[in-house]
Amino acid sequence: MSIMKNIKIRNILSLVALLAMFSCADDFINVAPNDANSEDFFNTEEDYQKALVAAYDMLQATARNYQLAEIASDNSLSGGQDALDTPGYQEIDDMIHTSVNAQLREIWTWMYTGVNRANYIMEFQDKLDFPSKTSVLAQTRFLRAYYYFQLVKFFGDVPLSIDKRIQFGDQFGIERTPKAEVYALIEQDLIFAAANLPYVQAQVGRATKGASEALLGKVYLYQNKFAESATVLESVINNGPYRLLTTAEAPLMWENDNENNAESVFEIQYSDIDGGSYDCFYCLEGNFAIGFNGVRGYVGPVFDFGFSFNIPTQEVVDAFEPGDIRLEYSILDIEQWIIDNPTATYDEDAGYEQTGYFNRKYIARLGDLNRPDAALTNPNNTRAIRYADVLLMAAEALNRGSISDARAQDYLNEVRNRAMLADVTTTGTNLTNDIYKERRVELVGEGHRFFDLVRTGRAAQEIPGFQAGKHELFPIPIQEIQLAGNTWENNPGY
Amino acid sequence: MKQTFLKILAFFFVAYTSAQSIDVSGNVQDNTGFPIPGVNVLVKNTSKGAVTDFDGNFTVTNVEIGATLTFSYIGYVTKEFIVTNNSNLTIQLEEDLAQLDEVIVIGYGTQTKKEITGAVSVVSAETIEALKPTRIEQALQGQVAGVNITTQSGTPGGGATISIRGVSTNGDSRPLILVDGNVIEDLSVLNPNDIESMNILKDATAGIYGVRAANGVILIKTKTGRKESPLTVEYNAFGGFQQTTRKIPVLNATEYGLIVNEASVAAGNSAPFSDLAALGVGTDWQDQVFENAPIQSHSILMKGGGKKSTYAYSGSFLTQDGIVGGSDSNFTRFTNNINYSLDFLENFKLTSGLTLMRTNKRNLPENSNASVLFNAINMAPTFGIRDANGDYTLAEGLGAEVINPLAQIDDTFDRRKVTRLSGNAGLSYTFLDHFTAQTNIQFNYSEVSLDIFNPIASFGSGKVFNVDRSSVFEGLDYFRDYTFDAFLKYENVFNDVHKLNVLLATSVFKTTGEYTGATGFDIPGNNPINANLEQSSDIENINRATGINATFDSRLLSYFTRVQYDYKGKYLFSAVVRRDGSTKFGPENQFGYFPSGSLGWVVSDEDFLNDSNAINFLKIRASYGILGNDRIPDYRFVSLLNGEGIYFFNDQEFIGTASGGIANPEIRWEKQKTIDIGVDMRLFDNKVDITADYFKKRTEDLLVIPEVSGLLGVGGPPVVNGGEVQNEGLEFAIGYSGNFNDNFKFGVRYNITYIKNEVLSVNTNTGVLEGGSFGIGQPAPSRMEAGFPLGYFYGYQTDGVFQTQAEINSSAIGTPIPEPGDIKFVDQNGDGVIDLDDKVDIGNPIPDATMGLNITLDYKNFDFAAYAFASIGNEIVRNYQNNNVLTNSTIGSLNRWTGAGSTNLYPRVTGGTSPNNLFSDYFVEDGSFVRLQNVQLGYTFSSDALEGSKISKLRIYLTGSNLFTLTEYSGFDPTASSGDPLGGGIDQGFYPTAKQFLLGINLKF
Repeated sequence: MSIMKNIKIRNILSLVALLAMFSCADDFINVAPNDANSEDFFNTEEDYQKALVAAYDMLQATARNYQLAEIASDNSLSGGQDALDTPGYQEIDDMIHTSVNAQLREIWTWMYTGVNRANYIMEFQDKLDFPSKTSVLAQTRFLRAYYYFQLVKFFGDVPLSIDKRIQFGDQFGIERTPKAEVYALIEQDLIFAAANLPYVQAQVGRATKGASEALLGKVYLYQNKFAESATVLESVINNGPYRLLTTAEAPLMWENDNENNAESVFEIQYSDIDGGSYDCFYCLEGNFAIGFNGVRGYVGPVFDFGFSFNIPTQEVVDAFEPGDIRLEYSILDIEQWIIDNPTATYDEDAGYEQTGYFNRKYIARLGDLNRPDAALTNPNNTRAIRYADVLLMAAEALNRGSISDARAQDYLNEVRNRAMLADVTTTGTNLTNDIYKERRVELVGEGHRFFDLVRTGRAAQEIPGFQAGKHELFPIPIQEIQLAGNTWENNPGY
Repeated sequence: MKQTFLKILAFFFVAYTSAQSIDVSGNVQDNTGFPIPGVNVLVKNTSKGAVTDFDGNFTVTNVEIGATLTFSYIGYVTKEFIVTNNSNLTIQLEEDLAQLDEVIVIGYGTQTKKEITGAVSVVSAETIEALKPTRIEQALQGQVAGVNITTQSGTPGGGATISIRGVSTNGDSRPLILVDGNVIEDLSVLNPNDIESMNILKDATAGIYGVRAANGVILIKTKTGRKESPLTVEYNAFGGFQQTTRKIPVLNATEYGLIVNEASVAAGNSAPFSDLAALGVGTDWQDQVFENAPIQSHSILMKGGGKKSTYAYSGSFLTQDGIVGGSDSNFTRFTNNINYSLDFLENFKLTSGLTLMRTNKRNLPENSNASVLFNAINMAPTFGIRDANGDYTLAEGLGAEVINPLAQIDDTFDRRKVTRLSGNAGLSYTFLDHFTAQTNIQFNYSEVSLDIFNPIASFGSGKVFNVDRSSVFEGLDYFRDYTFDAFLKYENVFNDVHKLNVLLATSVFKTTGEYTGATGFDIPGNNPINANLEQSSDIENINRATGINATFDSRLLSYFTRVQYDYKGKYLFSAVVRRDGSTKFGPENQFGYFPSGSLGWVVSDEDFLNDSNAINFLKIRASYGILGNDRIPDYRFVSLLNGEGIYFFNDQEFIGTASGGIANPEIRWEKQKTIDIGVDMRLFDNKVDITADYFKKRTEDLLVIPEVSGLLGVGGPPVVNGGEVQNEGLEFAIGYSGNFNDNFKFGVRYNITYIKNEVLSVNTNTGVLEGGSFGIGQPAPSRMEAGFPLGYFYGYQTDGVFQTQAEINSSAIGTPIPEPGDIKFVDQNGDGVIDLDDKVDIGNPIPDATMGLNITLDYKNFDFAAYAFASIGNEIVRNYQNNNVLTNSTIGSLNRWTGAGSTNLYPRVTGGTSPNNLFSDYFVEDGSFVRLQNVQLGYTFSSDALEGSKISKLRIYLTGSNLFTLTEYSGFDPTASSGDPLGGGIDQGFYPTAKQFLLGINLKF
């Protein structure tokens, strides 16, 4: 009997031991994740480089910005399938913005993602020293400036975070910083970038000195700082490795095998090698604006199909002077194209607000890998800053800043001559207007027009429905105001 | 060793017994004199006893004269017998109509029905047998008060959503499902024939499972053998065919031409069809995609047991084609299940089980605006099936989304294979008379393989489904989990009246998974035969960006204790405290404490009711508890670098490092406080039984994924504790069963559940969470907001149709600007403009009441069962129509507005812009329904007829399921819903549940 009891007791003891073992095992639920914790990163140079790649990544999301800005202008209509297709675009096209706009929210969110990714590197800039550090920080600050510039253009005063990510909890009570302070940071960042980057990077696609100077010149111009703008833009012209493509080359400038060409000062890189879906636009490696701009139901040579958004108006077509070679490669007249290419067909009765014109610079081409979804994986790069833009900005700064109409004429005429147009000889305000006219046709379809009209005070006279004092800025989406603690006043008029 | 032990044991007992003891043997029979094998014979207050053998015989040695023997067997009233000198007994057991001694698994133990103090419902093997479900959920639908099942899809093997006592969270609201203690998420892997019973714990007594028990717990027990019973073999099979319950009435070609002409003219275009009469009836696309589909199932069950062991084996095969696409949506399942138990010693026992199963499923696009049925509804009837070349007709002109559904079926190659191995083993050891130590381990291992081939295909110009480059995706995911429980039980009865049970336990759960896969392009010959990675090019691994396979690892660690006490079986008390730790929360909030308790009073045991003829049994019970929920994604408390950040330099891909989901270090357990008051009654000779419950569940610190400020960037919003939801309801179930005479038995059961769901608060900045989708690019139609049911529909209220321009001029309008014949919206805030501020609650997908009715009739050798269930007060959003001018529409459009005074119900048809397609109550329909789910007629051959054969039972039956549905809903199937708490009840052309006609056989050897 006592043996039995001993056996039992031993069993009990072992069971108790088993239970005890588990009671000490709270560690069982401390499982380290596979992915690195964002607080423990930046231990190698490679870590910095990888974080920088991710900061570049959000440039691809600006496909939305350029497309929406073009639609906002008098150059193009929203289009799409019907009046209810993508209401955010339709409202902006018709200048009836509401405080609920999914596309504006995307721009807000995506640009702040870019800002945060750049600030992530800046937050940890002192953690490690390594040879390429200055270059990494210069590129980082270029990108931060790029994203903040998008934000001030669209929304005016925006929350400013410097060298620090905005993390969960920080979003409440954060104030909108006056536009001027945001511009001040943008200028500092670009001055630093211009001073520390080369004109030519070993890897195409990285920010350069020329890109930094050109963007800085643009930022000055937006603030009517003509002298500073002219100086830095003329530095690009005089010291940079850029030139206009020739009259013969220009018509092919927008084809995919002509990317990162001599005229390209800064280009946003897209690729067709990765698939993607409508579930996540910012995840795409392709340029989704391309598929949306394309010809609805198109089957035929050269081009690929699309969803007939961003439709050029008859008015912008009429804005081209006779003999301007740019019209044909900037705007696709689909009816003429069908006549010239009888095998081609498209859905002519479908689509909303169709004018028969399409944005030929940024519509889908045949010949890419067509990874699914084919409409979202077009590789067309965004020619974000072209040398033609630099020349016209320099001309404008020189003219409006009363610095030199002669040099302004030179730069303007360089652009006009390439388009087979005669020299302009005007001066003063007439020259200003000629420069404005030239900007419109040279840069049509590229998303510059709306902000050019706003910054020069011409939007109300040019854009139907535009109310001065209100539409210069887009409304901050109401949800974003609420989600940031509901303390902000919206922009005037909203 | 064993023999030595028995000798010692015998000595032990001998030493304690006085000289006055005898060996007792005898026979146990039912009231017809038929022997009952497997009856437990126990000397009361000892562990000594025996089990009757196949002929009902037993022997117990050395029983003291004057001791009490108890004879117990499930389904019979336990009988006590005081031992006299008579050593040869004949014991007759009475069938227990009340089944109060039925043993019910309640989690880490069992209780008799009488002792249970929680709201627990039981679905028996008989019910499952009668319903012939292909999935377990179908056996729960309408059978159990408080349990609501919505079908996610009628496709073979398609999923269903189980909600117990309402939707209490906007996250994962599935109950915890345990099969023999093993966590099972996908019920399609189970063969319903293997199931012995299903117990549903609906209230705080589920708290024994603390974590993840907040949505209720379903305990499934599979069939095992019985001791002392010879090998029995059962063969069950059925076969039959299935067809759709409904086709949505759409326009024929002539009607379509008329409507399209009118819509085109209204949009300012010319009428495309000049000769309407020539169009005829055209193609009925639904006729083309729906077909009669076969189904068959075979299963075999072998079981038996020796003196100390039991064993069972079952195997099954089910193959089912779909009513859409036939064999292209086939589901096939094989299962093999073995279980074995062995008593090494009288006090040392092993139980074990192993299941190997496999399913194959072919998928077609469904339940979206890309589904085959969506296309079948919207495809123009004027198109023929094939063109002059014999190719499927291209759906030209019908917009980017609508394509020929037959071409779609033809070009879809999507297979999913699941192989799963599950097992369990348990050891229990009883010592010192009152203690039991037990450990159980349960594990699952599964591999899910996906093969998707997208051939080059053109469905018409500009279709979003066109594929220019063929690709194949091969994926293989691995999932492993185990649960390990160790517990110590103490059971004792003091002074014959105080019964005490104490449980002390620990449980760990670990689940891990790994995802692999790759996409390859350019399949040779565009041929499905070549659709594999080996023959493709440009292979792209899904884990390419990180370089390591995506995995997860989540774990739970729990300690808990339960005390159960009763006084004379009359006053019952039970309490549980559980400490759960989860990997889902940060270091500060990892552990949560979850207490629950319940009380019961068996009023019928009181003297004043003892002799009542009317009330045979009456129990009042109450429970309260706090349950936890941690079903959120892993690691949301820490900011991880798992975001997307790819860019290109020199045209080469660079993979960057970006933060992923936004982290919230503060997240903590979601808690549900739940109260239940219930009553169980049996009346009139136990012929009537009633169970009624009132419950109120309040979920606090709801784990929600709210919208957050864009300032935080992309990567996925954080999880926050931000809301409260309340479900309050009543459940009532009544049953009657009676034997009118030997030849005629009759039973009827009815249950009804009322639930009121209300969101009490949403503590996000906007006070609103949105979900679901309607149309293309329209704001989310479903909302979670304080004061409304979870997932209510938020849209415009309509006020008829504008009859004249004058009426428009004097009304509030918005954009698009309406024309006569367009829908008029109510200007809720009276500001003269229709805008987003005028949206209101226009319905919700949660039923006010659900009910079920079962009738069974046995007459001589015939048995008959019929079963219906109903749902009242749920709304469904009609979202299965494309708005392109040239797509087809339902016959509702024939009632369109055609001029002032023509109708105030239906808008005009127009291909131009109108506000008619904005989300309004025009699209919201009453989804209430009554469905006759099952009718079965069976015939059992009498034993005389089987005389001489080895067959002991032979039954054949005919079943019709889902025979008809009474509803005003105009879509395919009112029972269908995605099941999402936020965004459910929106019908994109649900795959309807098929109607089935089956012929079956049950054979037993």
